[in-house]
Amino acid sequence: MTTSTKKPRVSVHKFASCSGCQLAFINMGENLIKLTELVDIVHFAEAGPLGPDDEVDISFIEGSITTPHDVERLEKIREKSTFVITVGACATSGGIQALKNNADSDVWMRSIYAKPEYISSLSTSAAIKNHVKVDFELWGCPVDVKQMLAVVRQLLYGVAPLDINEKVCQECKRKNTVCIMVTKGEPCMGPVTRTGCGALCPSFGAPCYACYGPAENSNVKLLGERFIGLGLDQNVVKRKFLSIHNATPAFAEAKLLWSDTEGAQQ
Amino acid sequence: MSKVNYTSPERDIDINVPVMVRVEGEGALEFTAREGQIEKLHLKIYEPPRLFEKFLEGQQYTEVPTMAARICGICPIAYQMTSIRAIERLFGADPGPWVHDMRRVIYCGEWLQSHALHIHLLATPDFLGYDNAIAMAQDHPETVKRGMKLQGLGNDLLTLLGGRSVHPIGMRVGGFYRAPEMREVSDLIDRLEDAVEDAIGLVEWTAGLDLPLDEQAFNCVAIHNDREYGINEGLIVSTQHQQLSFDDYNQHFKEHQVKHSTAFYSTLGGESYFVGPLARVNLNFNQLPPAVRGLCRDLGLNFPSINMFDNVRARSVESYYSIVEALRILKNYQKPRSPYVDVTPRPGIARHATEAPRGMIFHQFKIDGNGRVETACMIPPTSQNQGSIESNLKNAVLKYGLENTDDDLRMLCEKIIRNYDPCISCSTHFLKLTVHRQ
Repeated sequence: MTTSTKKPRVSVHKFASCSGCQLAFINMGENLIKLTELVDIVHFAEAGPLGPDDEVDISFIEGSITTPHDVERLEKIREKSTFVITVGACATSGGIQALKNNADSDVWMRSIYAKPEYISSLSTSAAIKNHVKVDFELWGCPVDVKQMLAVVRQLLYGVAPLDINEKVCQECKRKNTVCIMVTKGEPCMGPVTRTGCGALCPSFGAPCYACYGPAENSNVKLLGERFIGLGLDQNVVKRKFLSIHNATPAFAEAKLLWSDTEGAQQ
Repeated sequence: MSKVNYTSPERDIDINVPVMVRVEGEGALEFTAREGQIEKLHLKIYEPPRLFEKFLEGQQYTEVPTMAARICGICPIAYQMTSIRAIERLFGADPGPWVHDMRRVIYCGEWLQSHALHIHLLATPDFLGYDNAIAMAQDHPETVKRGMKLQGLGNDLLTLLGGRSVHPIGMRVGGFYRAPEMREVSDLIDRLEDAVEDAIGLVEWTAGLDLPLDEQAFNCVAIHNDREYGINEGLIVSTQHQQLSFDDYNQHFKEHQVKHSTAFYSTLGGESYFVGPLARVNLNFNQLPPAVRGLCRDLGLNFPSINMFDNVRARSVESYYSIVEALRILKNYQKPRSPYVDVTPRPGIARHATEAPRGMIFHQFKIDGNGRVETACMIPPTSQNQGSIESNLKNAVLKYGLENTDDDLRMLCEKIIRNYDPCISCSTHFLKLTVHRQ
């Protein structure tokens, strides 16, 4: 990356999002001060440093692309960055707001805003990789501090970060969490969801809702059929996949698999 | 920015801060004046709209807290709690005293982390002359470390009941998915007790800061409850002695768009009003426990206060309160038979308000007989403070004088905006306005 005398330069950019993934930096506590000893943070508007157009070694990007101006900003960031890393569901898959991609967003805008003509907005919410090359993706809604620190450390040592895309189920087995789908009939998304959260929801007795996105080899069809077997309505099953990661190809398959029992009219 | 006639208040002033730093989300400051008259002065919000209220239509009531939380990563509990309570009240569910108490604990966690973050990372660098907290930490390492410790403790309170601090997963309609084990609670009690001194130190430190004076006679609005410091239940009260139930919200509060601004503005009885920590402490000081009131008295912190910058001190007072309150509840902790009650959907309008870290938040959902959402409306605190932020900027700039340099005027405006801790990511009601340039 850089010569050994110079600290790597890092920036944190935000697009359409809830700001929750930036908190993975801000919630580092004393590790944040330690991090600033290891790298130079040249742009991170929420924390203070401002240098959106500076050349950097790593750009962390939160949020999805929803306006024409976003596209220009993003292309400039890509030009100035050696590595681009997306953090969180919005940047990595378009986020929950990509639900508007399936709808008539004009109708939606008119129903929320009395004067929609003031709004400059694309009709879609897109992942960063739909517009520029992405070097590494951190999944999760939200991402976890440990994931973030691990990636920074790996890059500082010049190692390619490891992509962990196994299923939440594996994590439950390692933690000795009793399967809540098998024992309680809970419609748990664990069998199609990538781990990284520590299999949190099942350990609370709550069904996983797939906030980390699809795992490798996700069998959406069979899991959905199992949910229907548990007594869930087709439309409810479809909505379980079309949630935070609705724009991922794996989960978007749900749109074709299950009909909309109430009709799609708005 | 021309500085040629900088001492002349008649000069053309064009101050444009395209990216406001140290605020949550994306906002800009726009300020123009001609011949001694302010033409335009506001916080412009350009965070793109995310249309959450439409996503919620057709969803089962059980999905609402999870999805609504995604509006804001800094105050997810506010969104989860407000929607959960609205739905429970419509369904006629009473989760009982254990759930009531644990909900106070988790909200105390959210207040503590949000307040500590705002005080140390966002607000005080302004008053001590630093660009950011990292620079401030070089000269004030113990202060910044104490702030981060308190922020971390707030996050751990959230994690105890919520599983994680950002978008917690522990709450549900009816209560909590899981009750913490005694040993988890005991560990946290030790840490809370250890942090009491830190919190007192924080209140003392903010009391001693040389903060500017910015007096505004705004109508403060907060949730009030005679039995406890208002967080989740009570009535909406104001400085002007209004008293409203949550169900009467729509009759008195209105939202509207204005031509020159980018966000919805809320009014109460046709006028702008002020929500947030200072509004709460002003209206509910007597509900604070004796230890907290006593400390304020000893330090000469007098509430109600109309100095807007006392918002920083109100945040430190509420940080201390959050620790005292969490300790009070957790010291009597017992595992319940069940951490939640079952609920049965009923059709109707669900409404509720709670106190988010940065002020009151209101939710309303129309729900059908199958427990599905027909329409949703969520009004975040920043939308409610828009009118006051704008008046505050104008009043303060006129008082300060247009003869000051552009840099000084800009700094003043930025300080005023940051003082409200605007949460621009809560963009349900916010929209992007095309920029008008001559």
